Amino acid sequence: MNDTVRAQVHSAIASDGDGFTLHADDLHAIEHERDHYEQPQAACIEALKIVQRRHGWVPDGAIPAIANVLGIGAASVEGVATFYSLIFRQPVGRHVILVCDSSSCFLTDYEQLRDALTEHLGIGFGETTPDGRFTLLPVCCLGACDRGPAMMIGDDTYGPVMIDDVASLLEGYP
Amino acid sequence: MATIHVDGRAYEVDGADNLLQACLSLGLDVPYFCWHPAMGSVGACRQCAVKQYKDADDTQGKLVMSCMTPASDDSWIAIEDEEAREFRASVVEWLMVNHPHDCPVCEEGGHCHLQDMTVMTGHDRRRYRFRKRTHRNQYLGPFVAHEMNRCITCYRCVRFYNDYAGGEDLGAFGANDNVYFGRHQDGVLESEFSGNLTEVCPTGVFTDQTHSDRYTRKWDLQFAPSICHQCAVGCNTSPGERYGDIRRIENRYHGEVNRHFLCDRGRFGHGYVNRDDRPRCPEWRSQASDESMTLEIDAALDRGADVLRSARRVIGIGSPRASLESNHQLRELVGAANFSTGIVAREQACLERMARLSRESGLPTPTLRDVEEHDAILVLGEDLIQSAARLGLSVRQAVLGRREELAEARGIPAWNAEAVKTLGQDNYHPLFVAYPTATGLDGIAEASWALAPDDIARLGFAIAHVIDAAAPAVADLDEATRLEAERIASALLAARRPLVISGGSLGSEAVIEAAGNIARALSRRARDGGLILVRNEANSTGLELLGGQPLEWALDELNTQMADAVVILENDLYHRLPRERVDSALDLAEVVVVLDHQRTATWNRAHLGLPAASFAEGDGTLVSLEGRAQRFFQVFDPRYIRPESRIHESWRWLHAVRAGMLREDVSDITLDAVTLDCARRTPALAGIVEAAPGSDYRVEGLKLAREPHRYSGRTAMRSHLNVDEPRTPQDPDTPFTFSMEGYNGFERPRKDVAFAWAPGWNSPQAWNKFTDEVGGHLRAGDPGVRLLHPLPGGYDYVREIPSSFARRDGQWQVVVLPRLFGGEETSSRSAPISERAAPAALILSADDAQRLDVVDGATLVLETDTGRVALPLRLDAALPAGIVGVPAGLDAAFSSGDWGSLFIGPEAGLDAMGPETGAHSKGPETGPLANDDSGRDERADGGEERP
Repeated sequence: MNDTVRAQVHSAIASDGDGFTLHADDLHAIEHERDHYEQPQAACIEALKIVQRRHGWVPDGAIPAIANVLGIGAASVEGVATFYSLIFRQPVGRHVILVCDSSSCFLTDYEQLRDALTEHLGIGFGETTPDGRFTLLPVCCLGACDRGPAMMIGDDTYGPVMIDDVASLLEGYP
Repeated sequence: MATIHVDGRAYEVDGADNLLQACLSLGLDVPYFCWHPAMGSVGACRQCAVKQYKDADDTQGKLVMSCMTPASDDSWIAIEDEEAREFRASVVEWLMVNHPHDCPVCEEGGHCHLQDMTVMTGHDRRRYRFRKRTHRNQYLGPFVAHEMNRCITCYRCVRFYNDYAGGEDLGAFGANDNVYFGRHQDGVLESEFSGNLTEVCPTGVFTDQTHSDRYTRKWDLQFAPSICHQCAVGCNTSPGERYGDIRRIENRYHGEVNRHFLCDRGRFGHGYVNRDDRPRCPEWRSQASDESMTLEIDAALDRGADVLRSARRVIGIGSPRASLESNHQLRELVGAANFSTGIVAREQACLERMARLSRESGLPTPTLRDVEEHDAILVLGEDLIQSAARLGLSVRQAVLGRREELAEARGIPAWNAEAVKTLGQDNYHPLFVAYPTATGLDGIAEASWALAPDDIARLGFAIAHVIDAAAPAVADLDEATRLEAERIASALLAARRPLVISGGSLGSEAVIEAAGNIARALSRRARDGGLILVRNEANSTGLELLGGQPLEWALDELNTQMADAVVILENDLYHRLPRERVDSALDLAEVVVVLDHQRTATWNRAHLGLPAASFAEGDGTLVSLEGRAQRFFQVFDPRYIRPESRIHESWRWLHAVRAGMLREDVSDITLDAVTLDCARRTPALAGIVEAAPGSDYRVEGLKLAREPHRYSGRTAMRSHLNVDEPRTPQDPDTPFTFSMEGYNGFERPRKDVAFAWAPGWNSPQAWNKFTDEVGGHLRAGDPGVRLLHPLPGGYDYVREIPSSFARRDGQWQVVVLPRLFGGEETSSRSAPISERAAPAALILSADDAQRLDVVDGATLVLETDTGRVALPLRLDAALPAGIVGVPAGLDAAFSSGDWGSLFIGPEAGLDAMGPETGAHSKGPETGPLANDDSGRDERADGGEERP
């Protein structure tokens, strides 16, 4: 397929057979990102982030849809999506809690923080509360080594987190 | 050259290699996984660690990955160093932490690189006591089975599939210790080269699905050196047999042709050999309507000699899918004046032009290996991935060669694969493709054009004229085409080694001659270029050299009753010409004798049918598209497991029939005798005797073994028939034995290797032991002999240039489009290939469809002077308007260049036709369609069928 034909085919179908369609704004944003790069596949991570921002995660149908916009194989997009631990390929809660388990936080009682969170939420790592409110995940570093133990809820970073404050912190995220 | 010191011994090696390559080329054993001779190094698996020292006095040393370390002069390394050994043992132990250790039920077992490396490193005790990660497997189509738990994460599969072969649907998913290789979703692997995953994967993640149904370990298979019969490229193969069936086809290394890789048609298209409905005994029927009765050999020969002796004149119809020997023997039977090649006139005219160009274009025909050394390529009128897939893969490597050139300029060696790829990105050597629709190589082409065949030719002639003004100019050339021609011409002239590729796929002599003019122009401008011309079938090139009349001539001789008998050799005429045409000729023939290994429509017309050997049961010689004569050897004796079978090579049958006709005793004939006779009688084929050693060839006084020395069960494998074990079949024709007795080693160089095995090397990586250097040539030289060479002299340009393609009102020009799966006669009779073939369809441009107001999937009827067919419509975004594409292998009634009209047909499904039935539609439900708004076709005569 020559470039023109490829482009026509791709812009004609920014969706896959399962009925997933990229939101018009997302399609526009991805095309905008794509045009920043010499190689369209370089925009793959941004495209995944754009979709995740809207849906909270990256639904299966979004993979071929993104692949079509970028003109690359679905396998390459899925490869990128599954490589990065912060691109979610399963539904997550409304708020994702990332608990740092690297060395500084480990020395500053990360394990107690972890236990407090799992006890309070009733879920382990990789799980979502039944009400769909929180997903709990470990993370290797938040760049807050001076404030261990650290964690993130959504886009907010907290640290040092006192065990007694956990409940009230979570209350801020309905 | 460089001197390296390995474990205290000095060796001369190629300094451009890395240490792993250098050691393996020296015959030293270093274990490895991620490195592959065709794909270079990435340093991922850490298995090939050796100790490297600064100099002779350094006793400390450090561990290095040999695949990532240049073999620079005065290197000092140790493979046998204790620390290096321990390191390697621990690496394989880590890699196997999650491996299921399921060798007894794994189909890789016995030819598994992981087994070989594990044994080599001495890892024989499992210490990991924890839960293993497991994966879900995927359905990947009819060719390749998937078992992800066995993966050791070497990344070879994606590096081959994506980087080397250009696939897009196999990926690596996840990270660290949870990596998965597969498709984004279950589904058929799209690449035409997916079968190579079974050999590239060092363990049993990807295995041969077609072999799985009736599985046999490598050591229990009987092999012979064979040549793929499924296209004209001439890839070398090792078919493996057990219990009278071909179980799988492995790649057989040839340093100039296929090297490590085959296409999927060649690897998985052998099922026709095993079909239950194959003719295995002579059959006789007095009249076409009678049931056939089976005959014994003597009765069949007597009958054959009688009927042919009483005939007035016997016509022989040869075949481009049969060996030279069989065709020669047929010509001897009927006489050269009565011999037809069995090829239709239009194709034969193309073949003759191609043979002449191979000698008289001034440019040589490169081998596949040499194709990869060219740095600008023009493809005129071929979709190589469909018509000569393995050649297409080589063209891809040539185009990717730009990356290596860029790397070299920065001091990065070509083997440093990841660095070369990262640096090169999308930088390619220029590739230009002109074809009626999109082709498999367009993705890496600098430009591609979808043109009607005549316009492809005109573009070609225009390019030649730009390169050399003495070449004829194209009349009425439009400005856009002239600019494109200039662009291509300047890229070809700027190249160090330009390559022109064309062929007979479109049945257009003009396209071939256009390529020829470009070749002549390049040669007159003294360019070190090449010209490669694609032929259609395994022995098309050979048949052209043998010579003979076209198939239509043979049918005309019968139709006009100039001849009353015909002998048809391994050729289904219904696959080549319209049914009515063949029927009328065979109806008039008093005697029809057919030799074939398939029960074809032609076989069903035979009075006498003689069961011929396929490539698996017989020997012979084929000539590939590069003009290389190559011998294929019998894999097994069909009578050993099926004593009732009376299968013999066609040349043997024909020799016996001839002796009977002449009332001579049937003397014994051997392959050597018939090959020699063929060479003597046809000067152009004089070289074929040298294509392989004769039956008296011995290594260390031994014949060559077809079976590995661990071959088991010989005494038991016939016990269901008879507890007495018969004598091992004898082979008077070749230097091979039907036995494990005989030479099978690698120390004594030999060209014809039935299967690659060396102590400690059971996988296909054992080929490294047979080559002069890894990825090089067989130490004894690559097999086969080239028959076509450029002749010195000045050559004239061809001056007949077609006029530009003009659409006609209410008419469409037919273009038959070759296809890898389903487009070739014998492989289409194999279940996995027909499963993989795309559904039959008529292909039309979106423009035309819109004008006709028909949608994708609607049933269309195509009618030409010679046939009519109803098929679903498939829209094609690239095809030019005014052209209708018909997939090859569907219906011989249509050939490229015909004009036909289109009708909206009956409901889809009513008229579905398979490749063999040739069902015809009952008639149009509406009048013919016009491809413009005004015109109604004058030939609106509806359902009339012409003879």
